[in-house]
Amino acid sequence: MHLDTYMFAKHLDKRICTPEVEQVPNRNGYGEGLKEAGDRNEKVVALCADLTGSTRTNIFADAYPERFVQCGIAEQNMASVASGMAAMGKIPFIAGYAMFSPGRSWEQVRTTIAYNNSNVKIIGAHAGVSVGPDGATHQAIEDIAIMRVIPNMIVLAPCDALEAKKATLAAAAHEGPVYIRLARDKTPVVTTADSPFEIGKAELFLEKDQKHEKTIGIIVTGILAHNALQAAKTLNEESVGVSVLHMPTIKPLDTVALDEFTSEHDVLMTVEEHQVAGGLGSTIAEYVTSTNPKKVIRIGVEDSFGQSGEPTELIAHYGMDAESIAQKIRAI
Amino acid sequence: MYYLSNTEIKELEAKANTIRQSIIEMLVSAGSGHTAGPLDMADIFALLYFSVLKHDPKNPDWEERDRLVLSAGHICPVLYATMAHAGYFPVEELMTLRKLGTRLQGHPHKEALPGIETSSGPLGSGLSQAVGMALAERMDNPYTSKFVYCVTGDGELQEGQIWEAAMLAGKEQLHNLVVIVDRNAIQIDGYTKDIMPLESLRGKFESFNFDVQEVDGHNIRMVNDAIGKAQSVYGQPSVIIAHTVSSKGVDVFERDFRWHGNPPGKGPEDRVPKGKQADAALEKLRTLGGMIIPSDS
Repeated sequence: MHLDTYMFAKHLDKRICTPEVEQVPNRNGYGEGLKEAGDRNEKVVALCADLTGSTRTNIFADAYPERFVQCGIAEQNMASVASGMAAMGKIPFIAGYAMFSPGRSWEQVRTTIAYNNSNVKIIGAHAGVSVGPDGATHQAIEDIAIMRVIPNMIVLAPCDALEAKKATLAAAAHEGPVYIRLARDKTPVVTTADSPFEIGKAELFLEKDQKHEKTIGIIVTGILAHNALQAAKTLNEESVGVSVLHMPTIKPLDTVALDEFTSEHDVLMTVEEHQVAGGLGSTIAEYVTSTNPKKVIRIGVEDSFGQSGEPTELIAHYGMDAESIAQKIRAI
Repeated sequence: MYYLSNTEIKELEAKANTIRQSIIEMLVSAGSGHTAGPLDMADIFALLYFSVLKHDPKNPDWEERDRLVLSAGHICPVLYATMAHAGYFPVEELMTLRKLGTRLQGHPHKEALPGIETSSGPLGSGLSQAVGMALAERMDNPYTSKFVYCVTGDGELQEGQIWEAAMLAGKEQLHNLVVIVDRNAIQIDGYTKDIMPLESLRGKFESFNFDVQEVDGHNIRMVNDAIGKAQSVYGQPSVIIAHTVSSKGVDVFERDFRWHGNPPGKGPEDRVPKGKQADAALEKLRTLGGMIIPSDS
């Protein structure tokens, strides 16, 4: 079927490109998902490093205090304690700020969780520069890189609160270590309850206008999905056919979807709230260069640290807002 | 607690001696590995696996078993040797230590060998995992009789994570956690008092809400009594600081920190040349330090 206009996936929220779009921090989705996972399975337990409010672990902790462990400000211990609990049959979720969990506890995650193939789910809240005023020390922009290189580790970056909830439930059902990165700021709700989510599956969010000769395929992960969609819409209405493939799972890579997507576009562009080195962009580039080599332009933080500022102005400062993405596409 | 008769003590001492011989043999076969710690913990491991632990070597996943976490993963030769002699796997398999494809990895790997409660090696993380196990068990069964024993080194107590774990254990009053510290006073670069002094260990653990006992780590009756008392402590986790002589059992290796990370054949040569180290060690063990004179000599 030849499309003479671009098309959003039917299950997406109709308000995406309007001012009425809902804005919710996706960590809320984790909090609700964790509670529901706890309702469904009594083996689910939660641990936190003194951040129950901001990680939304408090919803579970209030409902199931006997299944919650407050570890205090001790992320390395928390990771290994969770491993020990998993060895006794529990399904532990550990939540902290991504820069410290898994940042500080990377070795404990790698050895006591992944090497043991422990059924522990690591939640890295406050990932990305959109953490805002706290500044660089609290803005994790390397976490995808350090987690995807660990064997046995699933790496997820949901695009909004609804997807974060589904990702949490999927993680609880999955047998083995899972990492989920979440943002601090409220972000647009792009999906709906009908939107599918499956670990390891990419979803085509926007199909390009096929009458344009030049075709760009954007691959996006995490909360920048909305920015990617806005940029793509703009360019489709100009003169470039831009599609958006959302990859909430960075590892394992959905190579089937990626193969098809790559073959249908001249140039690929990756978008992530992360260093351009080591994250989604590198994952895609590694795969594409060894299969169907095409140019891969990586949007993200270009090898610098974050800084204090308002979330949206920081996203724009580091070139990850819709307009910057659109400009980059025009320059191809 | 099980009261041990003199005969039972003697039997455990003999078991420990057998374990020590296996340790020497497997280290020589591997060509690398740690000598001092495994030798000095042989008495305690014999006591644990042949008397104290509730376990079933033929059923390593038995739900009701006690857990033993070796946080000082590098001294795994003593764990492997004890497990083999207890019936977890054939004694011959001990000779595969550290070789490609082995189940006896250089540092214990949970996925490789049934009976290993967790992979260890990175110092400090085993105690955290033991805390997690004790916590999970207590969630399910507040009046549990399952114990989690965690063996640590003393150099290992320099890792910050140990104290994070101790803080949580003390907070949670994990009475089903018993920590045993191999206080052999050595580490890789030297004696602990020179590298990073640890005293007062008793003071440190007490301030973390642990019940603290100090024992002679080679006096099986004393260790057994201490474990019995630790089992009856309520409202606190327990720690037994076991004062040991590094490389105990082979007097020409004893008290020399350079035997921490070398196998016989590659150790310091002041007292025994490399080529004779393995034989000297085995002779010491087989004759109980020269007390048994073979009838053919």
